[in-house]
Amino acid sequence: MTEMTYRQALHDTLRAEMLRDDAVVLLGEEIGIFEGSYKITAGMLTEFGDQRVIDTPIAEEGFTGAAVGMAMLGLRPVVEIMTLNFTLLAIDQIVNHGAKIFGMFGGQTSVPMVIRTPGGGGQQLAATHSQNLEVWYAHVPGLKVVAPSNPADAKALLTASIRDDDPVLFLENLSLYNTKGEVPDGEQVGEIGRAAIAREGSDITVISYSRATLIALEVARQFESEGVSVEVVDLRSLRPLDRETVCASVRKTTRAVVLEDDWLTYGVGAEIAATIQEGAFDRLDAPVRRVAAAEVPLPYAKPLENAALPTAQDLTKVVGEVLDATRFTR
Amino acid sequence: MSDQDVAPVPERDLGEISSPHHHETVAPGVPVRDVTDGGPEMVQFLDADGKRVSRGNCEPYEPILEGLDPETMRSLYRDLVLVRRVDAEGHALQRQGELGLWPSLLGQEAAQVGAGRAMSTQDYAFPGYREHGVAWCKGVPPLNLLGMFRGVNHGGWDSNANNFHLYTIVIGNQMLHATGYAMGVQRDGAVGTGDPSRDTAVMAFTGDGGTAQGDYNEALVFASVAHAPVVFFVQNNQWAISEPNERQFRVPPYQRAKGFGFPGVRVDGNDVLAVYAVTKHALDEARSGQGPTLIEAFTYRMGAHTTSDDPTKYRVSAEVDLWREKDPIKRMRSHLEREGIADPAFFDGIDAEADALAAEIRTGCQNMPDPELPTMFDKVYAEQHPVIDRERAELIAYHAGFEEGN
Repeated sequence: MTEMTYRQALHDTLRAEMLRDDAVVLLGEEIGIFEGSYKITAGMLTEFGDQRVIDTPIAEEGFTGAAVGMAMLGLRPVVEIMTLNFTLLAIDQIVNHGAKIFGMFGGQTSVPMVIRTPGGGGQQLAATHSQNLEVWYAHVPGLKVVAPSNPADAKALLTASIRDDDPVLFLENLSLYNTKGEVPDGEQVGEIGRAAIAREGSDITVISYSRATLIALEVARQFESEGVSVEVVDLRSLRPLDRETVCASVRKTTRAVVLEDDWLTYGVGAEIAATIQEGAFDRLDAPVRRVAAAEVPLPYAKPLENAALPTAQDLTKVVGEVLDATRFTR
Repeated sequence: MSDQDVAPVPERDLGEISSPHHHETVAPGVPVRDVTDGGPEMVQFLDADGKRVSRGNCEPYEPILEGLDPETMRSLYRDLVLVRRVDAEGHALQRQGELGLWPSLLGQEAAQVGAGRAMSTQDYAFPGYREHGVAWCKGVPPLNLLGMFRGVNHGGWDSNANNFHLYTIVIGNQMLHATGYAMGVQRDGAVGTGDPSRDTAVMAFTGDGGTAQGDYNEALVFASVAHAPVVFFVQNNQWAISEPNERQFRVPPYQRAKGFGFPGVRVDGNDVLAVYAVTKHALDEARSGQGPTLIEAFTYRMGAHTTSDDPTKYRVSAEVDLWREKDPIKRMRSHLEREGIADPAFFDGIDAEADALAAEIRTGCQNMPDPELPTMFDKVYAEQHPVIDRERAELIAYHAGFEEGN
């Protein structure tokens, strides 16, 4: 085990996969000389050269579409899109082509590409640069969407994503890059589609993913002092979705709250609530609750941005309401 | 795959659409590039020493320049100085934590003042996010710019008050908005009437980085096909964050215009007189129904991409030093002095005015209060919306709970 940041785990994993497989190439804006907006590709251009680390023109649809073509012919491109928001400029290539080529071409060619991109707000980057649009991609057959919350999962899932023969949207988060955690040494290949019990508990389940998992864990620790045992399920993968782990946890605790960074309406929490309704209805003691961002374009003003994003305070309030509604004695 | 497997890119004769500047710099692997040479076609009326010259394809623009009176020349200089001062204050305020972000225009004052001053009142500008100089010329108060970057309002200014649209942050999107607006101007019959107070043109601003985006290229196609009254103004400041021109295009933007079906002009972007004349000509053509023009203002981003960037990571200081010699303000001042158009008292007066403006906007910015939390719900929909109404009420009740000590 080695303690490292989420950023370092991504960097080291990318480098390891580049060393392991010559077919892995990197494309994106600013990833070479500038070493990436968030320095994930630091040192890569120097080590691997400009044929494998490609600084592209400022055109997201262009380099994403080019990566689809590269993937169809046997390379394993890892595309860095500066933020999830800019995937909107490339969405036709992702949804209409990357996700569908294997099926529409009768399985003649797969598209083994990875799109690495950070989402999330909280950095005062305003409405067009702070969105959580993961559900747009998690909705699409043919795509896989992973969203690790810690450095160890970042390593295991990035390795798995690069080796996967299908296109994977690998969701990072601006506020996770500097977070630290223990990372197992050596090769680690995660399983895409497997959630984790990030913290065991028996009274209530909080289901989350990516940055929000850290908030869920923080709230779980606070409730422990009140004698409440909160279980935290970290989805890790939004598509495929590990419905079994979610339902097994809720069947055990009988109470469920979803914490999501995206907007409530048609958000990740809606899918989780439906999943629980289908798989644990008979064990539920209270309706599934959701904590999400305010349904506004994320404000740039710091106090407004703070008020719009879901916080530990918001989660604490809703968890408390669910406990009280079920006459849980604290 | 290894380097050995990849055939070198052969040098090709690009024929008439090549320029010396880019021909020298297109080959991958060439370490040193001369980013200061705009080539023989670049229109220039003031050289780096402020001497009046007629360089490049300048013939159509000479009459416009000859019509400039001394008062206008002095006021152009005044705008350059004041715009630079506003920009410097913005940068300093961000560094002191008063603004979230500031994209500096340092070095691009002449490109923006020349373009902004060439516009008529009714002409509409669609900026990117660095066009503080155009905003100034269109009459947008600098405090409104600072307020937007401070985050105290949604938008910062009424775009119709000065015909200056709100900043667009995602690269190149506004080129299509401008084209659509220009097509609307056509449909309003405000083109080619011969009435100088009615005929209207639209200006779309972006940088060299924006020229690769799909939106940019689609806008040029649409403007051409529609024969729309729009002027595309590309400030080629040599760098798209860390990516130099040769990572973005092999044919410079002004030469690509021909392929879309309208003229392209490269102008010395650090020469305010040349930019003014070229832009005025293009706007006159657009207003009179002659269709679009693309202007490439050849300039340099002296500062960082934004306050979040550090250019020392990717470019050499020698390059910045070369461009410092081409400074747009120094050049115009030398010209005014050389021609006897302005005396030392004038320059001192402008400097004093800049000091006063800086103090005023600095205090004004620091005194801006934070917005009230429920205002985040006010501008999501033009009409009432049940989800918004519910969330607004919940937020107000939640915070009222703290005030009551609950």
